[in-house]
Amino acid sequence: MSTFRFTRDHEWVRLDGDLAIVGITDYAQSQLGDVVYVELPEIGHRVEKGKEAAVVESVKAASEVYAPVSGKVAEINEMLAADPATINADPMGDGWFIKLRLDDPKELDSLMNEEDYKRFIEEQS
Amino acid sequence: MSDWSRATGARLIGDRAPGELAAPRETITGNRGLQIEENLIFEQGSLGRCGIDLADPPLFRARLGGLERQGPIGLPGLSEPQVVRHFTRLSQKNYAIDSGLYPLGSCTMKHNPRLNEKLARLPGFADIHPLQPVSTVPGALVLIDTLAHWLKTLTGMPAIALSPGAGAHGELCGIMSIRAALEARGERRRSRVLVPESAHGTNPATAAACGYNVDSVSGNLQGRVDIEALRAKLDTDVAALMLTNPNTCGLFENEILEIAAAVHAAGAFFYCDGANFNAIVGRVRPADLGIDCMHLNLHKTFSTPHGGGGPGSGPVALAASLAPYAPLPWLVHGAHGLELVEHKKGKTQQAIGRLKGFHGQMGMFVRALAYMMSHGADGLRQVAEDAVLNANYLRVRLKSDLSLSFPGPCMHEVLFDDCFLRETGITTLDFAKALIDEGYHPMTMYFPLVVHGALLIEPTETESKASLDHFADVLKALASKARLGDTARFHAAPRWTPRRRLDETAAARKPVLRWHPEPIEQQAEQ
Repeated sequence: MSTFRFTRDHEWVRLDGDLAIVGITDYAQSQLGDVVYVELPEIGHRVEKGKEAAVVESVKAASEVYAPVSGKVAEINEMLAADPATINADPMGDGWFIKLRLDDPKELDSLMNEEDYKRFIEEQS
Repeated sequence: MSDWSRATGARLIGDRAPGELAAPRETITGNRGLQIEENLIFEQGSLGRCGIDLADPPLFRARLGGLERQGPIGLPGLSEPQVVRHFTRLSQKNYAIDSGLYPLGSCTMKHNPRLNEKLARLPGFADIHPLQPVSTVPGALVLIDTLAHWLKTLTGMPAIALSPGAGAHGELCGIMSIRAALEARGERRRSRVLVPESAHGTNPATAAACGYNVDSVSGNLQGRVDIEALRAKLDTDVAALMLTNPNTCGLFENEILEIAAAVHAAGAFFYCDGANFNAIVGRVRPADLGIDCMHLNLHKTFSTPHGGGGPGSGPVALAASLAPYAPLPWLVHGAHGLELVEHKKGKTQQAIGRLKGFHGQMGMFVRALAYMMSHGADGLRQVAEDAVLNANYLRVRLKSDLSLSFPGPCMHEVLFDDCFLRETGITTLDFAKALIDEGYHPMTMYFPLVVHGALLIEPTETESKASLDHFADVLKALASKARLGDTARFHAAPRWTPRRRLDETAAARKPVLRWHPEPIEQQAEQ
């Protein structure tokens, strides 16, 4: 059973101990094309569910990445600044964006599971 | 190797610029017929050569306290014919509205009448200096006043700020005026500006630059603002709505009167991005739509050159509620005729200040007024009609070959998405590059973001039916080749340009922003 949860804006979130790891989905990276720049929040910054948490820029467009859940930024993926291509290569693994200390773990329940997300993408395309 | 052969054939050696893909070497020189491989000017010429005779400076005592330059600065030494050839060759690589149809959606790349240029070069306008006494340039003031009169008449607005230097600068002027008006009525706390998804990309940037939070309003299935979504967001925290009409889908916001009423009921201002005014000029007065503030792009609607051809100019039409905050300078009708007010005093006390040095883009004012007066009111009306007619002609001719994003008539531009390329392995980018091989500048790609793989085509009113037919035939033929699986043609495109497909990803990830010369010693040996 997958531990990933998904938003309609194509972010994923996964619990890792008491932190939640956040990134964008494989579908999102394939739609964006080659990612060339990422802007991440500062550690300690508070993000709110559904509000902008990061910015990702590809050769085609710049897009906001919304926080799937509310919380405080505990870690950011420093590697992305030097090598944003990681997001294309491994969006669900090494291409993670931020780790959050959650306000309310119950917020995760409102998000889609992997099966629902797959169906959601199929409906989109 | 002599300098002259270096000037045309140094690429023989085969070093490629970063991010450049390998191109087949079809000729010995790398030149393609009369299309010359041109080196950087810094790679040409030699040290010590000079286009004009200059005497050596007499001996002098440096008085820079040891800070004087120690070595050569590496400027290229070139003769006059070398310089002329270099820049002529570069200019021949350019694609411009003067060389062909330029269907770049949202940019209004239309013909710039030569009459405008002739009048802008009249010495009485071209040779005046912004610092010469105002009393010596009454003609320039009359021209500015006449231009203002035309623009006020066309928009139905009582005031116009002429100094903003481009569309986005006009937006800044408008939102600053709105902020000043809100502050004047004691409302500092309104913190949000609503921006529909189909607005121009500069709108949210302007709102953010003025300190507002941008709140996006979703569109409906017809490509227009979802008025219920807008109503749900309107409250006493909203400073303004920034609407683009016609919007970037090329569609008229047909509920605009209801939108204006809702915005005003919430106590907010209604800003309209007038970059697409060319679709409605002479037919619709923005003031009648309930708009409080709208910028006009003289360089689009009124045909002054842009996109490398000249500076922009973005006057802002203001309703009576915003007019007191218009930026300086003001041109007012005083007791002794036209008077230029450059400082805050009396009536101009509430002005937001200056947004630009001097008085705006005077050369563009002359061109825009020449355009308006030579067309007349009826001619301007026909400009809008023909712009809309041409876009709809392409829409109908192409709708069964490309995939139309929204049904029904469009305004001055027509939006397609990449559904017609589905399962072909060809992207919007590939399709656009193939169009370059056929001798056309591509349409706008991947914008607006509201549809997938957008192709936004704006033919403008200055293309003939024959020109549109040829363009449509080429697009139809390309679409057919895509359907029939000729993918190699698209993936290899462009094949006939001075450079093949550029590696945009590498250019963005590892930009090389500075050219470094060969070491001086080596250069001196040649």
